[in-house]
Amino acid sequence: MLLAVRDLTVALPIGGRLVPIVESVSFTLGAREILGIVGESGSGKSVTSLAVMGLIDVPGARVSGSVRFRGRELVGLAPRAYRALRGREIAMIFQDPMTAFTPVYTVGRQIDEQIRAHQKISRTDARARTVRLLGDMGVPDPERVAGRHPHQLSGGLRQRAMIAMALSCNPALLIADEPTTALDVTVQAQILDLLRGLRREYGSSVLLITHDMGVVAETCDRTLVLYSGLVAERGPTGALFAQPGHPYTAALLDSIPPLHGPRPARLPSIPGSPPAPAERPAGCPFAPRCVYVQDSCAVRPPLVACGEQDVACVLPAEGRPLPPRFVSEMRA
Amino acid sequence: MVMSVLRRLGQTLFVLFGISVLVFLVFFATPGADPTARIAGRNASPETMARVRVEYGFDRPLPVQYARMMEKLFVTRDLTSYVNRGQKVVPEILEAAPVTVSLVSGAALIWVVLSVAMGMTAAALRGGWVDRGLMMLGLVGISIPVFWLGQVVNLVTQSRYHDSWLFSWVPGLGYVPLTEDPLGWFRALVLPWLTLAVLFVGIYSRVLRADLVAVQSEDFMRTARAKGLSPVRVLLVHGLRTSMITFVSLFGLDFAQLVGGGALLTEVVFGLQGVGRLTYQALSNLDLPLIMATVMYSAVFVVIANAVVDMLYLFLDPRVRDGR
Repeated sequence: MLLAVRDLTVALPIGGRLVPIVESVSFTLGAREILGIVGESGSGKSVTSLAVMGLIDVPGARVSGSVRFRGRELVGLAPRAYRALRGREIAMIFQDPMTAFTPVYTVGRQIDEQIRAHQKISRTDARARTVRLLGDMGVPDPERVAGRHPHQLSGGLRQRAMIAMALSCNPALLIADEPTTALDVTVQAQILDLLRGLRREYGSSVLLITHDMGVVAETCDRTLVLYSGLVAERGPTGALFAQPGHPYTAALLDSIPPLHGPRPARLPSIPGSPPAPAERPAGCPFAPRCVYVQDSCAVRPPLVACGEQDVACVLPAEGRPLPPRFVSEMRA
Repeated sequence: MVMSVLRRLGQTLFVLFGISVLVFLVFFATPGADPTARIAGRNASPETMARVRVEYGFDRPLPVQYARMMEKLFVTRDLTSYVNRGQKVVPEILEAAPVTVSLVSGAALIWVVLSVAMGMTAAALRGGWVDRGLMMLGLVGISIPVFWLGQVVNLVTQSRYHDSWLFSWVPGLGYVPLTEDPLGWFRALVLPWLTLAVLFVGIYSRVLRADLVAVQSEDFMRTARAKGLSPVRVLLVHGLRTSMITFVSLFGLDFAQLVGGGALLTEVVFGLQGVGRLTYQALSNLDLPLIMATVMYSAVFVVIANAVVDMLYLFLDPRVRDGR
């Protein structure tokens, strides 16, 4: 197991007290696997990924639980040891490639910098590797692109450069935080292709954070659905899409426009909005918006096995799982 | 690139022309400041007035007067003072300029080094007592009037404790040319440098800290940390370089106005015959040619400094280079 996260809880000080943003999140990621973390804005997906990277530096924040990477505990790891890991074994791609590069340096220089931070290698060799990486990422004329500043490149090129930078030290784990959100749809598809190809060519595992169920269906082997900082459901993507165990997952899937068959006049949406971390109810956090809400939802449901997935809902335990979805169009 | 430099040069000349016209009009064409009466002296007879008027060309139209003034100032450089007859104005400024430039350059070096160090330390240790202490110190520096600080420094080093081992090396007030005695130049200027720098250390360290703190929340700083760079490298290479833009533009303006005569108080307190002091004398005697010359001199510096800052922008921020 490459990455094993158990009971990860991240609490940030808000208004004078520690508020858990992410609560007891557990998941595992195997070698060459792509795991999707899905959720709305504020569901804690980015915080989870930052916690794995050890990049939560809000004064007073508390990270507890366990993050094991190749058997090594990362929670509480000394900053220096973490630094050696970051960028070399665990790398990260950020959402907006426009703002994720330092504007005053050329893209090539920033990639060189990461290579040279982790390996004793000459400037020319580092640049040669940078150019090769950019070429591998499908950047046309990589030599010229390496000499350009971020603002001189298109969004797609910048994101390719970002991925090249993340891969520059051949990391075992790549965390991609909404890597396609800021891009055009056609470029999005190219970048996803690129991410899928990584495990073949670089042997990397990918933690793909997104709010786009379509991206998950296309890309991920397994999926973790987060709602309000808690795991709602996790399991193999195919099974999760075919028979969601949690009403939230089902509602998310229903809100994707169908590609075939009759179009609904109005896409179903989930009424209301997720609770703020400080006002999370004691029971199931989704209960206020759930159509299946009942009395037993007042107690927070534990994760239980349901088919191939684990679901944090009382329905499967009571022997009343959600019906399978008609998903032939989704799996094409 | 060449085009933009040329265009910038054109603008610079235009601005200088504008300033010279404005200054000329203010001092020579305002009703209250009749230059003839100033030169002829109090209670001069009408004959004397007429003679002076012809001699200095005040009976000619204004554009001609302006052209003659500029010719005397820049071409023949024989503009003479109205107060000390025969005293040529341009050499006087050229003599004062090295004093001011020495004073301001030294102070600038000190304030840049100190404020960068203070601002970076405070930003790196944000929220801690070191941060708070440094910023308090900065505020104190901003609040101390430079003439008071200078007087206290003089009191301590020139009279009260001058004979103690600590300050016996301090020479008397005044300037020692660098070319004559480098060590003496340094000794004469080190205290004025520090005195002048205190205010700017305060301002600049606070500005830099604020900019560095603001830049900390930028995405690219997170990227830099995600790359596994050390905190020092993240702060220096990615943070400081990006935060330098405000700092540089402030510096350009402050440096220029100080060289242009803004260091007047420091010059007076430490008995340095610099441009500020010269301007002050010119103003108190209403010595119009000298005023004209000193104002033009400082305008030249401010305009040049602005041009230099703009060039530095091109270097500091590639986005400006592409006109975006």
